[in-house]
Amino acid sequence: MTEKTEAKNYPQGAKPQNGDGGSGAHHDVVIDCQIKELFYGTFKAVRDTTIPVKKNAITAFIGPSGCGKSTVLRCLNRMNDLVRGFRFKGHVHFRGRDIYHPSVDAVAVRRFIGMVFQQPNPFATSIYNNVAFGLRLNNYKGDRRAKVEEALKRAALWDEVKDKLHESGLSLSGGQQQRLCIARAIATEPEVLLMDEPCSALDPIATRKIEELMLELKERFTIAIVTHNLHQALRVADLTGFLYVDTTQGGRTGYLVEFGESRELFENPKEDHTKQYIRGEFS
Amino acid sequence: MATSDTTGSAVLSTLPGEPDFNPFDGLDFDELETSLRRPRTLMNVLLTWLVAGMTLVALVPLFSVVWMLLWRGGRRLSLALFTQLPPVPMEQGGGFGNAIEGTVIIVVLAVLISVPLGVLSALFMARTQPGNRLASVVRFSAKVLTGFPSILAGVFAYGAVVLVTGGFSAIAGAVAVSILMLPTIMLTAEDAIRMVPAKMKEAAIGMGATETQTTMMVLLPTAFPGILTGIMLAVARAAGETAPLLFTALFSNYWPYFHHHLRLMRPTASLAVLIYNFSGMPFRNQVEMAWGAALVMVLMVLITNLIGQSLSRRQVRS
Repeated sequence: MTEKTEAKNYPQGAKPQNGDGGSGAHHDVVIDCQIKELFYGTFKAVRDTTIPVKKNAITAFIGPSGCGKSTVLRCLNRMNDLVRGFRFKGHVHFRGRDIYHPSVDAVAVRRFIGMVFQQPNPFATSIYNNVAFGLRLNNYKGDRRAKVEEALKRAALWDEVKDKLHESGLSLSGGQQQRLCIARAIATEPEVLLMDEPCSALDPIATRKIEELMLELKERFTIAIVTHNLHQALRVADLTGFLYVDTTQGGRTGYLVEFGESRELFENPKEDHTKQYIRGEFS
Repeated sequence: MATSDTTGSAVLSTLPGEPDFNPFDGLDFDELETSLRRPRTLMNVLLTWLVAGMTLVALVPLFSVVWMLLWRGGRRLSLALFTQLPPVPMEQGGGFGNAIEGTVIIVVLAVLISVPLGVLSALFMARTQPGNRLASVVRFSAKVLTGFPSILAGVFAYGAVVLVTGGFSAIAGAVAVSILMLPTIMLTAEDAIRMVPAKMKEAAIGMGATETQTTMMVLLPTAFPGILTGIMLAVARAAGETAPLLFTALFSNYWPYFHHHLRLMRPTASLAVLIYNFSGMPFRNQVEMAWGAALVMVLMVLITNLIGQSLSRRQVRS
């Protein structure tokens, strides 16, 4: 298991070796995220967190509430730029390029790194227009209808909505709305899909569908997911990072405790905090 | 309170399953029945009737106005009213086709002035950071302007447009009316834009939309029904304003166009001013015509509102 050791002993601060695409999917680090310190105003939210997001794999972030796992995820496509007072020390490299470099346009970054949110958030327009949104943003000239159909099929929603593409996206059930949001995110074929607790507002059946969908989607996309549900991380994620809250220095600062292959992390955790969390001693 | 406490502990001491357990022990079933003898029940019934009665009283003026309009104006309603020019004193028949056209022209011009200004300034107020000084000043001014006396808007447009351009005109009337429409549009549009859920904005930004794209493709379409409601309210008010038009558009006995050319820089007739002029005349024909004009004006506002509502509903569905 060389993969495992590589993941665990990922050298701090070292630049990832960008594979040339032919050297086995799991060796490719698409996003190399290294957060030394992250602040909202004067509040230190996250420290010392290094997570490599690998190509065509699902990387999960787990941890108790307030440990900064969503914050870390939102760093990866610069969604945190919208928060006033946000600043961080460290770097986020996407395919070897620093996305926080002053010359990089945050808007362009988000077109390569899509996002699915905790609450399903379709626009108040038709199902078709929801999925075509990204195509219109990018002024896509080709066959939009075909693209929309393809995205809906990949999101396993096509059969349920093909006869009512012009009805409002808000008329769908919660699970369907979330799959619609996934279809909307993948219609423009981003490289990476960030999912911020995508199932926390859904019932178990809808959750199951989204999980199956994620496993299919990782064939084409790279996925990073934040989840509250440990079983979900074990079911879908290839790699898992455990974040915990440090209250020793005053305030609540999240940091990465352990990162590795999901099975290894769950069956054989190295750190005490991870062991306790997985055993359900706190949450 | 004391009685309920003892009942509670009695239930607790007798566990369910024991032979003499009666969960209804100590409950007086008479207390469950509605009785007007109990003060709070009586109060409830009285207040319900008071609210219903006051609602009916409030509807009386509204319905008597509508009934009066239908009764007095409806008698005079005919095709000639819409196609002919106003009669001179002592003349029989005639119509106010030019006043209908004039009202439409003035309102359309006023909408063209106030909607872009209003919606764009609403966007500014809604999208700047909370606590922005300029936005607060603009919002406060808009609130003050909602109570602005309409005659002053007329005087302002008289000074700013009529005196400058050298004559009464539809344009001057539209400027005066748009001053009255602007604050309504600004404030309702700002509310409508703020009501767009934050998660929708987030979704657009997460898709890689720029500020402009988020505004044009998500914020404004989602807020559209609310913005339209504000515009309709403003139009309804503008169509009925008389005072500002007396100083600005004045009145005309002729059609607003000449040889198929709209003449926006000439005095222009309007229903409101026609009603004002004719209702005070000692001629029966003119007074009846004023009633007819009032009915037509109410119907025009009603139809505009119905169209607006169906438009905004269609927007939501598609």
